[in-house]
Amino acid sequence: METLQVRIWRGTEEGGFQDFEVPRQESQTVLDVVTYVQRKCDPTLAYRFACRVGVCGSCAMTVNGVSRWTCRTHVDKVAEDNRVEIAPLRNLPVIKDLVTDMREFFDKWAKARGRFTGSATRKEAFAKVSPESKERKRIEAGIECIGCGVCYSACDVVTWNKDYLGPAALNRAWTLINDVRDTARTERLAAVAGDAGCHACHTHLNCTERCPKSLSPTAGIAGLKRAVLAATLSGEI
Amino acid sequence: MSRRSEVLLWGAQRVSAMVLALCVAVHLLTMIYAVRSGLSAAEILGRTQGNVGWLLFYTVFVLAVAVHAPIGLRTIIGETTNARGRGVDMLVAVIGIALAAWGMRAVIGVFGGGAA
Repeated sequence: METLQVRIWRGTEEGGFQDFEVPRQESQTVLDVVTYVQRKCDPTLAYRFACRVGVCGSCAMTVNGVSRWTCRTHVDKVAEDNRVEIAPLRNLPVIKDLVTDMREFFDKWAKARGRFTGSATRKEAFAKVSPESKERKRIEAGIECIGCGVCYSACDVVTWNKDYLGPAALNRAWTLINDVRDTARTERLAAVAGDAGCHACHTHLNCTERCPKSLSPTAGIAGLKRAVLAATLSGEI
Repeated sequence: MSRRSEVLLWGAQRVSAMVLALCVAVHLLTMIYAVRSGLSAAEILGRTQGNVGWLLFYTVFVLAVAVHAPIGLRTIIGETTNARGRGVDMLVAVIGIALAAWGMRAVIGVFGGGAA
């Protein structure tokens, strides 16, 4: 039977790669490979997954140097000379093996005011938002984020500036800025302004290149830059 | 530095980049034209001295550089050395003033004919 040569990161921030041999199978995903290693080779291997179908965003890892969702990454697509190297996501502390501490990633969503703030009560009628409106189309382009952290891992600005909010949090802020029902626009624009916010983005497009949902956080961040500058010049923030 | 100031710096860098894109293109094309036509330094100076148009053009060019370069340098220093704050802001401000001073000295030299 054909086998795949697999190197998997073991340890925390300190550690090293461990080699395994895994039988090749048709339509095998990288998550299948990790699961095989944990079940058949070493039950102490730590990794994180839940849905296995690209919905929950919990299985992201670095595969042959590239941040990816492993449940929907086929081995055929990423193996080089029948070898796969699997490491935890970049830019996040490693808890154990392939499991990262995602707290700073999600804390930054909160810092970017990533929570919807409305004014209507349940006794009022639904807001009417035209799917054809400019704002709703912008939201449509960015709303499908699954919070997997791939963009955060792929972003060099995060590596260089630990305070940088990152693509996912800023993308979330952009969708809320365009939500006509939201009432925290000014506070949110202030939260995403400046050197640790949207203006730190260098438009490298790593996040857009790697997003498994084909979103473009870069486009949202560009929109935020313009909106924040306009709000600053007008004295709104 | 306040977030408001950081945003305004970003805006200043964007605007100065737009100005520089135009200025660099004009500057390079003029240089290529001058060299290909075989103009000597004395002949070039003969055309620039007393020409208010070139004085204004290179004044804008120098001021755009003096705005653009320090803001970019501030970011590069922060991202490569993790040094941020008032000390770095003061350092790049001094560099910006120096760029403006040296640049304007050259512009005045080319316009007025003094030692540049």
